[in-house]
Amino acid sequence: MSKVLDAPTAIDLEIATIDGNEAAAYVAYRVNDVCSIYPITPSSTMAELADQWASEGKTNIWGEVPDVIEMQSEAGAAGTVHGALQAGSLTTTFTASQGLLLMIPNMYKIAGELTPCVIHVAARSIATQGLSIFGDHQDVMAARSTGFAQLASGSVQEAHDLALIAQAATLESRLPFIHFFDGFRTSHEVNKLVMLSDEQIRAMINEDLVIAQRKRSLNPDAPFIRGTAQNPDVYFQSRETVNPFYARCPEIVEKAMDQFGQLTGRYYKLFEYFGSKTADRVIIIMGSGAETVRETCDYLNARGENVGVIQVHLFRPFAADRLLAAIPTTAKSIAVLDRTKEPGASGEPLYADVVNAYFEASEETGSMPRIIAGRYGLSSKEFNPGMVKAVFDELSAAKPKRHFTLGIIDDVAGTSLDFDRDLDIEPNDVHRAIFYGLGADGTVGANKNTIKIIGEDPKFYAQGYFLYDSKKSGSQTVSHLRFGPRPIRSPYLIKNAQFVACHQFNFIDRTDILRLAAPGGTFLLNSPYGPDEVWDQLPEIMQHQILNKKLRFFVIDASQVARAVGMGNRTNTIMQTCFFAISGVLPAEEAIGKIKKAIKKTYGKKGEEIVRKNFEAVDQTVANLFEVKVPADATSVRQLLDPVAAGAPEFVQRVTARIIAGDGDNIPVGDLPIDGTYPSGTSKWEKRNIAEFIPEWDPELCIQCGNCSLVCPHGVIRTRLFNKETLAEAPAGFASAPIEAKGFPDTRYTLQVYAQDCTGCTLCVDACPVRDRRQADRRAINMIPKDPEKVTVGTAHNDFFESIPVNNRSSIDFSTVRGAQFLEPLFEFSGACAGCGETPYLKLLSQLFGDRMLVANATGCSSIYGGNLPTTPWSVNSEGRGPAWSNSLFEDNAEFGLGMRVASDRHRASAERLLKKLADRIGTSLVDDLISAPQRIESDIRKQRERVAVLKLILKDVPGTEAQLLLAVADSLVRRSVWIVGGDGWAYDIGSGGLDHVLASGRNVNVLVMDTEVYSNTGGQASKSTPMAAVAKFANGGKQVNKKDLALQAIAYGNVYVARIAMGANPQQTVTAFREAEAYDGPSIILAYSHCIAHGINMEKGLEQQQLAVHSGYWPLLRYNPEVKPSGENPFILDSARPTRKFRDFSDNELRFRMLKQTNPKAVESMMASAQSGIDHRWHLYEEMAQES
Amino acid sequence: MDLKTHYLGLELKHPIVASASPISQQFDGIRRLEDSGAAAIVMFSLFEEQIRFEAESHDFFDHTSSNSFAESLSFFPNMDDFEAGPDEYLDLIRRAKRSVEIPIIASLNACTPDGWSEYALKLQQAGADAIELNPYFIPSYTQSSMDVEKQYEDMVAAVRRAVVIPISVKLPPYFSSMGYTAKRLVDAGANGLVLFNRLYQPDFDMERQDVRPSLELSHSGEIRLPLLWIANLYGNINGSLAGTTGVHRGHDVAKYILAGADVAMTTSSLLKNGTGHLAVLMAEFVEWANRHGYRSVEQMKGSMSKKHVLNPAAFDRANYVKVLQSYLPKHLVG
Repeated sequence: MSKVLDAPTAIDLEIATIDGNEAAAYVAYRVNDVCSIYPITPSSTMAELADQWASEGKTNIWGEVPDVIEMQSEAGAAGTVHGALQAGSLTTTFTASQGLLLMIPNMYKIAGELTPCVIHVAARSIATQGLSIFGDHQDVMAARSTGFAQLASGSVQEAHDLALIAQAATLESRLPFIHFFDGFRTSHEVNKLVMLSDEQIRAMINEDLVIAQRKRSLNPDAPFIRGTAQNPDVYFQSRETVNPFYARCPEIVEKAMDQFGQLTGRYYKLFEYFGSKTADRVIIIMGSGAETVRETCDYLNARGENVGVIQVHLFRPFAADRLLAAIPTTAKSIAVLDRTKEPGASGEPLYADVVNAYFEASEETGSMPRIIAGRYGLSSKEFNPGMVKAVFDELSAAKPKRHFTLGIIDDVAGTSLDFDRDLDIEPNDVHRAIFYGLGADGTVGANKNTIKIIGEDPKFYAQGYFLYDSKKSGSQTVSHLRFGPRPIRSPYLIKNAQFVACHQFNFIDRTDILRLAAPGGTFLLNSPYGPDEVWDQLPEIMQHQILNKKLRFFVIDASQVARAVGMGNRTNTIMQTCFFAISGVLPAEEAIGKIKKAIKKTYGKKGEEIVRKNFEAVDQTVANLFEVKVPADATSVRQLLDPVAAGAPEFVQRVTARIIAGDGDNIPVGDLPIDGTYPSGTSKWEKRNIAEFIPEWDPELCIQCGNCSLVCPHGVIRTRLFNKETLAEAPAGFASAPIEAKGFPDTRYTLQVYAQDCTGCTLCVDACPVRDRRQADRRAINMIPKDPEKVTVGTAHNDFFESIPVNNRSSIDFSTVRGAQFLEPLFEFSGACAGCGETPYLKLLSQLFGDRMLVANATGCSSIYGGNLPTTPWSVNSEGRGPAWSNSLFEDNAEFGLGMRVASDRHRASAERLLKKLADRIGTSLVDDLISAPQRIESDIRKQRERVAVLKLILKDVPGTEAQLLLAVADSLVRRSVWIVGGDGWAYDIGSGGLDHVLASGRNVNVLVMDTEVYSNTGGQASKSTPMAAVAKFANGGKQVNKKDLALQAIAYGNVYVARIAMGANPQQTVTAFREAEAYDGPSIILAYSHCIAHGINMEKGLEQQQLAVHSGYWPLLRYNPEVKPSGENPFILDSARPTRKFRDFSDNELRFRMLKQTNPKAVESMMASAQSGIDHRWHLYEEMAQES
Repeated sequence: MDLKTHYLGLELKHPIVASASPISQQFDGIRRLEDSGAAAIVMFSLFEEQIRFEAESHDFFDHTSSNSFAESLSFFPNMDDFEAGPDEYLDLIRRAKRSVEIPIIASLNACTPDGWSEYALKLQQAGADAIELNPYFIPSYTQSSMDVEKQYEDMVAAVRRAVVIPISVKLPPYFSSMGYTAKRLVDAGANGLVLFNRLYQPDFDMERQDVRPSLELSHSGEIRLPLLWIANLYGNINGSLAGTTGVHRGHDVAKYILAGADVAMTTSSLLKNGTGHLAVLMAEFVEWANRHGYRSVEQMKGSMSKKHVLNPAAFDRANYVKVLQSYLPKHLVG
């Protein structure tokens, strides 16, 4: 709702329906001069909005446009914040999780120097046994000792209001503040709120204090030094000088809250109490959970209980006296709930503070209530009224658990409380709706629009919260929407929905869609079957739910309506209209009118044609929406599909399958790995079946080049050579062809498509060089509609294919694309975007070196599609070998990989030492071979593996520790290939320093940078790899400077192997570069052009764009191989021909460049000309380098 | 020699006009054309389809890539405020009108009935002195020739209703009855006709075995078809005529004027030789006219049209016979 900034008057500003991030950012932007930013989920939106507002020239309350600057990391952002503060600016930043952790060193400085500022944090989990992007308080708790004050918001309205209160208080107290709210639950919840007017904001900001901040700044006209080094004599005392400031702070915050209340009518307290004035049981909590407890207290008290809740707003400095004063003296037992975990501590931080407050007070009062502690809500774990009631019940118990957990089943330490999973406290006048959609079908967008439409109605309050799964293609979304006559304070998922809509028909066989439908509710299904046929197409569980819950059942064939009105497969407006037509939230006619108004508003600027189509879609929806006459009995026997394929390993059946089925919340602690270790090769059990069209191979046309298999981002195209006799056992229709090579009359070639794993991206078709001579649009691989019959037959073929022995690596020439296709991919079926430009590189890597590869993966897209539960595409071969993969952090990946190299080398050295020591027991000849035999080519490696196998056998019979120690490291005698992989955000920005150091180390590591030229995973923010003139978040007006030439930087070392590749343009060069880099006994770096959804391209054309990138000179292909230097050859090889196309031929196909016309029309020509001239200049330079002898 | 001419009711200092080309896509190009001596500039075409494509592609990416994954709910800066429209084009016209003296003729290629009138009005409001309608479509198999002509006529009528400034129509040469169609378009409100539009004819990419858009610059030989029809139409329609295509030398300009055109338009020669070539065209044209004793352009206009040549049949079928004969190998002639 960025529109709020455009609104001309305070009256227009009054009400908005926005999310927590925007609510906080709106204030932060208004009251600061400088925003130093860096993207990190879930706080990125705040930074994006600030950047966007600045690019649009929107001003702060002083009429100035804040300076918004993107940094290379959160550490960099914090440094800039510190500097800008020292130089006298009002400065802010936005962050979360690891980002906040990177800021901690500067935060100590900023606080130690008593510098006013507010950091807005969308609080998020910290990466421990696993990374999580979701919300809890671990990050802010990790920063609680920095000296920053900490102010917690529990709702979207509070995120708006307390952002201002924090700003007012920081200026007066001189203590810097963390203002935080729950990541996702608040940052991403859309809710209706009252916006602050500029007058109110101004009234809260004391200009004298702003002036004071300016006066404290570094100024050569009144110089001083700050930031001295201090000795034992004074450091300690100096540290104590700040105590009065901390002592005063609570009062200052209280004052600001009071002033705020007078200005707005919304009053806050440091510790806010809700509930019975004579409560005997009280919960103390901060963040959005407080809202849930508050609602539940009202519910329980209305039913005769006597309970209350303290919502903590100011956590640091901790004002114990205010806390105790806020709690009714009648409270006999108190539960303190922390949304964090501090392993090994006597209790989590809030609990410890509360206990201490009571303990210190007990010297005077002589008594203490019973205080127990609970952990809840880690990683956005659901926290709902049933759990709250369980806590109050526990408080009533004679011997309550002193330390408990909520919302999980802890069968290991027995900490968890049981709770009523069905407790629903919501009143009937709150209308609740749940929508199941596909990521790309516009369901969430339409629902956000619906919330705004209804939220604009003064009679209604509205709330929306959205769940996404962890796949980037074919993902399921679930929208939870509430509409009601009062402000909605229910930050938990809906339990009983009066309206359930399923926007994708195929979901009904995978999910119990109606589990959360309320009795007597309404069910809407987007169905290709009409009202008379649909019943027989439903699974048994759905029929039962409809009958048992007496649901009204409506169907519409939205896809058909969309096609009929010329909207292709866009069904969002249609399904939205259905909701309005039958949900009863608004009178149908009024609702339809509002939709049309919203369409006009949304699409009016995009042309009448789009408006007309949408209007027609609305009208046609009403005409094509039918209520189903529900039969009296269930007739179906069809069960929901198993979440994993038959034959899956035990762990996958027991754990992974439950996660896939959406039952992960109920997996007990004891069933989960203790240290974050999960089995490889699990993606193949998750048959997602998301493609509507799949490739079909034509053996007669095929020339067996391997291109389709190479470029397949999802590893669904497999080839194998086999003896023709094998065909005797093949199922009917199993396709194969004689091998396209002379001298192998008995050998046949087959190409198999794994239809259930295909995303339908079509890159394989685009890569096929063959044309049917009778029909130029037909190739040797073509897309066909997927139907159940094809899947059944195809699966049988796949099964047979897997029974054919894997081709022997030693006998394959995988220096060519044609040869590499026969290598087993050990990266398969990832959940990356359909047509992803990165994954083909990883798959190739896994084929070439996967069985002896260690992978250090920087956080980003590749760590998500590579390692986000439930499954991983990193796989194992038929011998049980495969890539050993790990992700450390975003910023440290090069160092992390170097550590792997160092350890591998150490293990090898250790093994060699022990081999020599035990030579007489092992045999000198074997020892010599194990230490000295070459391991350059695949057959060498195969022989070394055999030697290691013999060694292990021998060692089994050798007594003593040394033999055991040698056994433990014997595998490392096979040459290990260490790959450090990640995206440009890591390599060019946050990990740049580490990468540089690792390249300079001279150690044998291989770096693969999958360069999408933006931060893809966090939504397309500019990095130093973003090219000149491309529009990206944080570069709204187009990137103003050229992309960093990382290749040249690396070449400058002279001993680093460097390659710039683009598989879509020259697959052979890609294969060659990978092999050369790996073979080079030193550091190597490969920069791989990776087309990306964030480029705004039709992903089907990704390979064509790669070709244009190369042919226009935008992405020159090169290799720099130091290995050839001693022979006097020029190590610099330019693998591309001189550009034959212009940059514009490439850039005009990409929205990121075309958008420049809209975002910065005046500079389009000059920036595009600069981009072209930069390309020309670089090309000339490369040509000169290539010509040097 | 008096070089003045009137085209679409606009008085031009001479008859050489820069027609729609990439040169006018930038303000500097417009300035260069004026500095080089163009009598008027027909702007590059505003394509409704392009505007719609931009809008729809924004919408497409917004739709398909947004709200799918928790970390990346969108991939581009918020473009809610983005207005799909001809702003850039209109700004260029406004800027040109503020800075150059010569008439600026906007060129419009719309693809919907509303698009023609809606954008024409915007062009008028931006200050264009006239609008050249540049329709381009391949009729469907269900459209008769009458349907196609009606479509052109409706387009002209719609724009006529929307604007008061002069409008011309750049026509393709493929009408069954060019003269009749030309008259009907003028009757529907066109102030002039531009002959002819060189339709984009795609080429085959022989390596990829794919169809590729391709545009080649015109050459002098292409002048004959428009020349034929200008000579035919002169004096038979109540509107201006412009000859475009194949103007590479001064005598090409002269040919068009002699046939009856009010102006000769050129693109290819400027793209090939630079805007400075306008001066060459002018010098060659004036030299030819002087050498042949013409005192004014008005005097030249139509002097070799069908109405005024000694042998008008040469423009009809007889001309066809003559052309064929001229292509006979010399040893077979006579």
